[in-house]
Amino acid sequence: MSWTPVCAYTDLLPERGACALVGTHQVAVFRTFDGNLYATGNRDPYSGAYVLSRGIVGTRNGEPTVASPMHKQVFSLVTGACLDDPTTVIPTFPIRITSGTVEVSVP
Amino acid sequence: MVKPPERTIGPMPVSLSPAQPVIPARVVVVGHGPSAYRLVESLLARGFPGAVTVLGEEPRPAYDRVALTSYLQEKSVEDLTYPVPDGVDLRLGSRVTGIDRAARTVTTATGETVPYDVLVLATGSAPFVPPVPGRDLDGCFVYRTIEDLDAIRTAAATATAGVVVGGGLLGLEAADALRGLGLATHVVEMSPWLMPRQVDEGGGAVLRAQVERLGLTVHTGAGVKEITGPGRVTGLVKPDGETIPAQLVVFSAGIRPRDELARACGLAVGERGGVLVDEGLRTSDPAIYAIGECALVGGMVYGLVGPCFTMAETAADRILGGTAAFTGADLSTKLKLLGVDVAQFGAMSGALDVTYLDPVGGVYQKLFVSDDAATLLGGICVGDAAPYDTLRPFVGKPLPALPADLLFTGGGASLDLPDDAQVCSCNNIGVGAVRTAIGEHGLTDVAGIKSCTRAGTSCGSCVPLLKQILVKSGVEVSKALCEHFAHSRAELYQIVQVRGITTFTQLIEEHGTGRGCDICKPAVASILASLHQGHVLDGEQAALQDTNDHFLANLQKNGTYSVVPRIPGGEITPEKLIVIGEVARDFGLYTKITGGQRIDLFGARVEQLPRIWRRLVEAGFESGHAYGKALRTVKSCVGATWCRYGVQDSVGLAIELELRYRGLRSPHKLKSAVSGCARECAEARSKDFGVIATDSGWNLYVGGNGGFQPRHADLLVAGVDTETLIRTIDRFLMFYIRTADRLQRTSAWLESLDGGLDHLRRVIVDDVLGICADLDAQLARHVTGYADEWAATLADEEKLRRFVSFVNAPDVPDPSIRFATEREQIKPALETQVPA
Ligand code: SRM
Ligand SMILES: Cc1cc2nc3c(=O)[nH]c(=O)nc-3n(C[C@H](O)[C@H](O)[C@H](O)COP(=O)(O)OP(=O)(O)OC[C@H]3O[C@@H](n4cnc5c(N)ncnc54)[C@H](O)[C@@H]3O)c2cc1C
Ligand code: SF4
Ligand code: FES
Repeated sequence: MSWTPVCAYTDLLPERGACALVGTHQVAVFRTFDGNLYATGNRDPYSGAYVLSRGIVGTRNGEPTVASPMHKQVFSLVTGACLDDPTTVIPTFPIRITSGTVEVSVP
Repeated sequence: MVKPPERTIGPMPVSLSPAQPVIPARVVVVGHGPSAYRLVESLLARGFPGAVTVLGEEPRPAYDRVALTSYLQEKSVEDLTYPVPDGVDLRLGSRVTGIDRAARTVTTATGETVPYDVLVLATGSAPFVPPVPGRDLDGCFVYRTIEDLDAIRTAAATATAGVVVGGGLLGLEAADALRGLGLATHVVEMSPWLMPRQVDEGGGAVLRAQVERLGLTVHTGAGVKEITGPGRVTGLVKPDGETIPAQLVVFSAGIRPRDELARACGLAVGERGGVLVDEGLRTSDPAIYAIGECALVGGMVYGLVGPCFTMAETAADRILGGTAAFTGADLSTKLKLLGVDVAQFGAMSGALDVTYLDPVGGVYQKLFVSDDAATLLGGICVGDAAPYDTLRPFVGKPLPALPADLLFTGGGASLDLPDDAQVCSCNNIGVGAVRTAIGEHGLTDVAGIKSCTRAGTSCGSCVPLLKQILVKSGVEVSKALCEHFAHSRAELYQIVQVRGITTFTQLIEEHGTGRGCDICKPAVASILASLHQGHVLDGEQAALQDTNDHFLANLQKNGTYSVVPRIPGGEITPEKLIVIGEVARDFGLYTKITGGQRIDLFGARVEQLPRIWRRLVEAGFESGHAYGKALRTVKSCVGATWCRYGVQDSVGLAIELELRYRGLRSPHKLKSAVSGCARECAEARSKDFGVIATDSGWNLYVGGNGGFQPRHADLLVAGVDTETLIRTIDRFLMFYIRTADRLQRTSAWLESLDGGLDHLRRVIVDDVLGICADLDAQLARHVTGYADEWAATLADEEKLRRFVSFVNAPDVPDPSIRFATEREQIKPALETQVPA
């Protein structure tokens, strides 16, 4: 598994996302309120626009989520499944911090 | 459509041949009032294949006469007019003067002769004017048509006092109208108390006290000796000799069925008027029906629209060969007159009765029950009509609780209504039909019930009951904002204000669960913004915002944003226009004039936004808040400065208002407009708050909406000066911001506000809650604390850091964004997007 550094942990605002360009992939990186990190694809599968990193981060029944800013479908940050329509799943990627730097692993 | 139950009653008034199985080819209807409207609609709904001709005397199609008074307040003729179905030959201004039963034709005053196979008389009734001296003087009116109201309005403009003759339901409505037109108003009623047909003596006393408290003068037990002139009305003399000085008299002393056509052609009529019909609504000539207020059925002439509608449906069924029968109707009434609830249902007497009287609060409620106290017979309410809503369906049925408990504990709301009880008497709809519709169509609100069943669409008095049925059907009408907060937006507002909460984290930790979502976070951000000054992207607040507020621009379908600089009142200098053109050209943006009198620049990538705005801010532009739930635009017409009709400077006022309320965060977006005269070129009445200039000042209209559900704004105050106008708008906006639901425009808020426009006026004009000083101060803080969001953002490196497409490649544009060209400008090219 290869890791790509994308930004400093402090570059990420709590409960907000940012987008990283890894090769040709757009990866949405999220920092939740409890300090955890999640990475998903940035493409909103419903509109086809690359905008998920700009959605509102929250929880549904305790599970961390992001809502697409386009038409508000809610995705699990853990599994990538759309919680309003579980047949739609966005990709998720491993993410970690190495001495203050956020790294993602994109196959 | 609900058919009245099939039943026969005793001997019929006239003996008739059995229903003809042949469906007539030509139906002609005389009169186009509510009854005729409903008849035609029912005929067509039941698939009537023949020709329908309607001859109406009035110059306009049928309108909702029940709501007539609202024409003097906020409604237009169009608002009140019923739709005319396609294919109906409706001839307006066409008074029928004769019926030739042998030839089966009718003739009109315009000389037309119209043949029929079936004729329906729907001629309604005319106000009764007692034969007193002076009744023909200028300044004497009746209260029945749009023309009557126009004439009254014109006369009121030069009058100071008016008298209504008759203190019944319609008389008090007319009195309220005169009061609304600014006249010192008197009511003269022959009976010892007001509304003798709906309330008993005790109720009448409470009603009188309430009506007098509103400034009306009531004369009961008094007739009219004469009306004094000469030429024009100068006063009304009572039999006791007392003279009431007045320039306007409205007669509302009862109605008489318009049976003159029937009499003239030899049809049977009642001794005291009314065209005699059987339970199939047929007159003594089997080819002629009579329906509505002109008909005498089962010994009764009905003066309420509900029975008229039922008659119309029954006649339509019969004309098509059916067997429906009209066997009487519920005469329950509930109204709000002069702000006082008055209601009566079922019988007006009984073996036993229970009364609740609160003379201080102005409440009188009485229930009549059978001698074993087991069956509810009827009731009377004044001041508080809650028992009408909850108990009317139980008339003739076993009482759901002890009568005293029903009145004293207000325990009505928990009652289970029987399926066969009637809920909407105007449209004869049962509780069962409403429950079925809720279940079958998954309805969740009253609007849904209205469109599926018609219940609640006429007088509206059954709406509280409809709500109650919804709640009882287990429909989720929870006020919880979302899974994170069990509170409504208005409650959260209170909590944040009273507890002095300044962050979302504190609010959700103390009053919610989890970490929020796209519903509660922007709502709380808006509450925090209206209670505390500061930038919407300060600290933790930034994370609460929707993407639009987060980037201070509007997200478009391809992930780019649009930019809308503020152009207050739509007024712009050539220099500024050039700057917008240059910026658009230099950044390759699509430009369009919006429906809000400003210019939208589309297709900007996030990393371009600060650069675009730097240019705009330098040229003197500021954020137009097109992205926020905040004030959008105050549109204006060109107004008195240029327009030859204008009476005030509408542009100047629009700019003043736009600058005052810019940046004000609210439950939903706010729109406004100012027109320079009554021609209304700025469309102010479709706005959340709209202003129309008059010769003497400004009229303020509130609660208008375009959008999904258009609504004309209601007149809140009239003819006020600029200072009063602005103070009233300040309070209106702050009161809305405090109490509305999330994403509830002012239109829906006003409709759901208990007590409606009257209540709003009491709160923000009369200050009955004592909160106006507070509202004023809060708005003043907003005005002084305002700063342009974009200028502040450009001055703050921390805030600017978010404006990148990629956190690890700040200078790289998003390669998924591609454009094509159309009509010489860019447009999103969605199909060429790179795969994930
Ligand atoms: C740009 C504009 C259309 C145009 O090209 O003319 C427009 C564009 C949008 N309107 Fe509008 N509306 C525009 C005038 C209107 C008007 C006319 C007016 O304001 O005089 C109306 C009807 C009046 C009213 O609101 O009562 C209007 C009723 C709506 C509604 C329905 C609101 C409702 O209460 O039913 C929405 C949806 C919503 O807000 O929930 C909406 C939403 C939108 C959104 C924000 C949809 C979205 O979320 O992307 C559009 C994006 C704007 C953008 O990206 O810049 N827009 N929209 C107009 C901008 C005016 C401005 O200068 O700010
Ligand atoms: C101010 C006011 C408030 C009211 N409030 C309520 C209320 O709250 N609740 C309630 O239930 N009811 C109320 N009513 C009563 C309700 O409006 C009537 O029951 C209803 O209008 C009756 O309808 P209709 O079609 O039978 O008669 P109308 O409405 O009188 O219509 C008859 C039409 O026939 C026309 N016409 C008559 N003769 C001829 C002819 N020879 N040729 C051609 N056309 C002719 C008339 O011009 C008229 O347009 C109110 C009425 C008024 C005036
Ligand atoms: S509303 Fe009146 S003042 Fe304004 S442009 Fe129209 S006609 Fe002129
Ligand atoms: S009772 Fe009048 S609309 Fe339902």
